[in-house]
Amino acid sequence: MELIGADIVIQSLKAEGVEFVFGYPGGAVLHIYDAFDKQEDVKHILVRHEQGATHAADGYARATGKPGVVLVTSGPGATNAVTGIATAHMDSIPMVVFTGQVPRHLIGNDAFQEVDSVGITRPVVKHNFLVEDVKDIATILKKAFYVATTGRPGPVVVDIPKDITAARCEFNYPAEIKMRSYNPTVKGHIGQIKRAVDLILSAERPMIYTGGGVILGEASPQLTRFAQRLGYPITNTLMGLGAYPANDKQFLGMLGMHGTYEANMAMHQCDVLIAIGARFDDRVTGNLEKFCPDAKIIHIDVDPASISKNVKVDIPIVGQVAQVLDNFNEVLDSKRKTPNTAALEKWWAQIDEWRSQDCLKYDHNSGLVKPQFVIEQLHDITNGDAFVTSDVGQHQMWTAQYYGFNKPRRWINSGGLGTMGFGMPAAMGVQLAYPDETVVCITGEASIQMCIQELSTCKQYGLPIKIICLNNQYMGMVRQWQEFFYEKRYAMSYVDALPDFVALAQSYGHTGIQIDKPADVRAALEDALSRKEELVFLNCFTDKTENVYPMIPAGAGLNEMILV
Amino acid sequence: MRHIISLLLENESGALSRVAGLFSARAYNIESLSVAPTDDPSLSRMTIVTTGTEEIIEQINKQLNKLIDVVKLIDMTGDVHVERELMLIKVNATDGERDEVKRLVDIFHGRVIDVTDTTFTMEITGDGEKLNAFVQALSSITILEVVRSGLIGITRGEKAL
Repeated sequence: MELIGADIVIQSLKAEGVEFVFGYPGGAVLHIYDAFDKQEDVKHILVRHEQGATHAADGYARATGKPGVVLVTSGPGATNAVTGIATAHMDSIPMVVFTGQVPRHLIGNDAFQEVDSVGITRPVVKHNFLVEDVKDIATILKKAFYVATTGRPGPVVVDIPKDITAARCEFNYPAEIKMRSYNPTVKGHIGQIKRAVDLILSAERPMIYTGGGVILGEASPQLTRFAQRLGYPITNTLMGLGAYPANDKQFLGMLGMHGTYEANMAMHQCDVLIAIGARFDDRVTGNLEKFCPDAKIIHIDVDPASISKNVKVDIPIVGQVAQVLDNFNEVLDSKRKTPNTAALEKWWAQIDEWRSQDCLKYDHNSGLVKPQFVIEQLHDITNGDAFVTSDVGQHQMWTAQYYGFNKPRRWINSGGLGTMGFGMPAAMGVQLAYPDETVVCITGEASIQMCIQELSTCKQYGLPIKIICLNNQYMGMVRQWQEFFYEKRYAMSYVDALPDFVALAQSYGHTGIQIDKPADVRAALEDALSRKEELVFLNCFTDKTENVYPMIPAGAGLNEMILV
Repeated sequence: MRHIISLLLENESGALSRVAGLFSARAYNIESLSVAPTDDPSLSRMTIVTTGTEEIIEQINKQLNKLIDVVKLIDMTGDVHVERELMLIKVNATDGERDEVKRLVDIFHGRVIDVTDTTFTMEITGDGEKLNAFVQALSSITILEVVRSGLIGITRGEKAL
């Protein structure tokens, strides 16, 4: 069947089973937009800014495990998408982003709306392609989806010159693709796995530390089985929350800069550390010189480059986490040895002592709305089962600390890049994927304004997300650092001239609710969540000076926390 | 320590910038880089000379391997290998200098490839040290131009990339 390039793009997306494309039209992609109109299988979601498109596709990908797809035009369309592409790249989210390009004969000519999209995006993608011939479109798309979704996932950009989308050729979508330079299917080395199991069983003070890789690798059931048969304490990174049920007694909470006292102390004093799908990020390790001083470290990761990048490990295992954990469980089944229960009992007694510090306690009698209280109430009303997105800052940390995620893919936030403006568009992607589920965006009055225009998109597609704005009238995390480290000089962190968020939501055709008293929190949340068909913007004025505790100052060790 | 990393990569537009971009983005050193298509025109062979601690070199190897365009990679530093670099050098050569320059070229097994009344242009191959020694030996001569290719290398024996 002979088709024009634009139809080949759409037919290829259909062949990949793509449900939604998040995008914004412009000159260079008009042929592709025209092709959208000729079919109904692939739906297009029109955002209000290209950054919103990338975050929405990203949210969709994080919630479903399927690749998010974006279509933007050349020039500013592509540059606006870069923040969202980088966000996905830092958190290893599978995404395919199509950027229009000026016609081939104009490339390099400083043509209208021309930028070197391949060059600009190169450092923030897993891979990118410039299509140079209409005959290559189908193969490149197949490769793009293959690369984006396999191995350590990530965003792939495909740049398509306009003239190619109008050129004709025979369309055959390849059923399979092989690339001699890319072989992502690695199996964990069984010898290393056996060595690791021996070390695990010999531990007296073991600690399991898992990251986003467990969620991306769909290894939550394997991890839960592994941790529970051993009875070892477990902590999750910010990206890994939900991989292990937060309501289980073996779970010590999140670790790192705003992790719990018990998780960080157990990290610091463990003798065997089992790192799974985590990358020893600086917000997790603190000062590397002081990191896990007594531990032998086992590290499982699908990406060889993650191993011994920041922390030298003793037993590296490169492989898909689900498969490696299956192997771990099999080897444990075949062993007659069991963990050292006497040592473990002592270890748990120590951990319980740390736990008794109750590091997440906060003042309940201030008369002000405490942001932590709002998150706890939300957890209670939703049974910890909602899809929760966030922006970046204090509200993000409080959500991570107090929501208590029991299932994977429910907690959706920009961990690596820390992109303000991520939360609402990401929630749109989640709501589209799961129209009947409760999707909540926890945000702050600073973050929400970075992509506020997407309220319009929500109206157009009837997306009933619940936006809970913890409004402390500060860029809270900036303010907190200024209080701690800049002698309370609050330079530029006060958000002056805030809009009336209720009126703003209403002007977009949504429902707005405003509260400022602790007594109103529960009722307002219940009211918002009960409005199944409406987007509700809950503007919640909170204690302006509340800080996120515990906190490890930059450059300190995990045992050097600031407690409340 | 100095390492020589040799790689085969897809001969596609942008492949070189992926490698160069990786080095600059992660603040790795490049001492020299040379690249050209191989006998298979769909592949390019690149030789990179870099320096760093063992940890950095391990990361460089892993990060290069991670690039989708990289087909194969070898760090030949630990293997017995041959290193070569090509230098083209143009010097002033008049009167008595002409004999001396010719003698030095012969000693270093180089060749004179262009001659004018006042200049010699020579080519010389070898490892970096030999080329440096040649430049040193010409210290009394006025050097007009030096072009060096960057190093290429190949392992000895049956092993092949």
